[in-house]
Amino acid sequence: MTAPRLAGRHLACRRGGRLVFRDLDLDLAPGEVLVLTGPNGAGKSSLLRLLAGLTPPEAGSLTLDGAPAERGGLAQTVALLGHETAIKSVLTVGEQIGAGGCGRDAALQAFDLLKLRDTPGRLLSAGQKRRAALARVLASGRAIWLLDEPTLGLDASSQALLMTAIEGQRARGGSVVVATHAPLDLATSRELRLGA
Amino acid sequence: MSFVALVRRDLRLALRQGTDAFVSLLFFVLVLVLVPLAIGPEPQLLARVAPGLIWIAALLSVLLSLERMFQSEYEDGSLDQLALSGIPFALIVAAKVAAQWLTTGLPLLLAGPVLAAMLALPSHAQGVLLASLALGTPTLSLVGAIGAALVVGARRGGVLLALLVLPLYVPVLIFAAGAIDAAAAGLPARPHLLLLGGCLALSLPLAPLAAAAALKDALR
Repeated sequence: MTAPRLAGRHLACRRGGRLVFRDLDLDLAPGEVLVLTGPNGAGKSSLLRLLAGLTPPEAGSLTLDGAPAERGGLAQTVALLGHETAIKSVLTVGEQIGAGGCGRDAALQAFDLLKLRDTPGRLLSAGQKRRAALARVLASGRAIWLLDEPTLGLDASSQALLMTAIEGQRARGGSVVVATHAPLDLATSRELRLGA
Repeated sequence: MSFVALVRRDLRLALRQGTDAFVSLLFFVLVLVLVPLAIGPEPQLLARVAPGLIWIAALLSVLLSLERMFQSEYEDGSLDQLALSGIPFALIVAAKVAAQWLTTGLPLLLAGPVLAAMLALPSHAQGVLLASLALGTPTLSLVGAIGAALVVGARRGGVLLALLVLPLYVPVLIFAAGAIDAAAAGLPARPHLLLLGGCLALSLPLAPLAAAAALKDALR
């Protein structure tokens, strides 16, 4: 798997009538980790939603390997971990994570969730929910991960599992964009500061 | 995830949540059970008002279940995940409508004849009642999906939803009750049923597209 090169030129984003950012250039090469930082309200989550194709940019262009990125094309390429974990309270952890089979079990294993596979979502703690959502991102097998505050609610050992998963994604040739306030323990990463 | 997987997921959600799926049916049954208590047990009178009452009850009970159609998915972030699943939005809507109909429309269809018999509807009109429910309730779910998608993210969406959707339900109400009325009076019900079928044929391709456009807007 080699992730397509995701590039944005002169991106602008408007939310609720307010221009959150403009003239933003961004380049994400295969195997790269881009860390988005910046104060609250700087537009980190908005940028992630824009990169996922959920919100169209107010101005500027987004390309995948040089070709204009359509919503449908992005939907096949990216996996998103948003603010909300999208974990249903009545479905078990296993039922909510990708297709069945060894890919799913490997993803559960990677986030230490195998024991919780048959536990319904309502019995999970906040951190466990976030881990389950991260396992879904991993199981999706998508080339580009977009993670919004992935460390929220995670304990030290879970954060270490997350770093291992991100390094694994990078080693497979995938790329990752992380919006975070917490320092990440990664070998190499590039930082993009918003709202500066 | 495919269309079938999506329907199965929604059915599983509805059945495990339990109460949500049966509230509509319970409402439908309760309204029609209370009618004879309120207006008296006289068979002629009941038979006369039965078609209209059955359809008003059906319409309102479908309306009850609509608000949660997309709202809960929107609130817990599942709508984002569905949008990124690679399935076209219109197909996602179609799957949710199918699941919604199977958990609310189908039970109404099954309960309809029993309640109609209780309201002294002539037995020769029972077939037309079933046909009208089979053609009409999917239309209610489809048209309702447009309203449900439009109120996603709105506060007090339920009230807004009723205001948006009820006017669109009027043709279904008129043709469906008209068909049963005609059959009960020994007149041909075919023209009414054809018009009802026309409503379904129109909303089947158009409603998912309209609801999909509304949902895309809600995700922004």
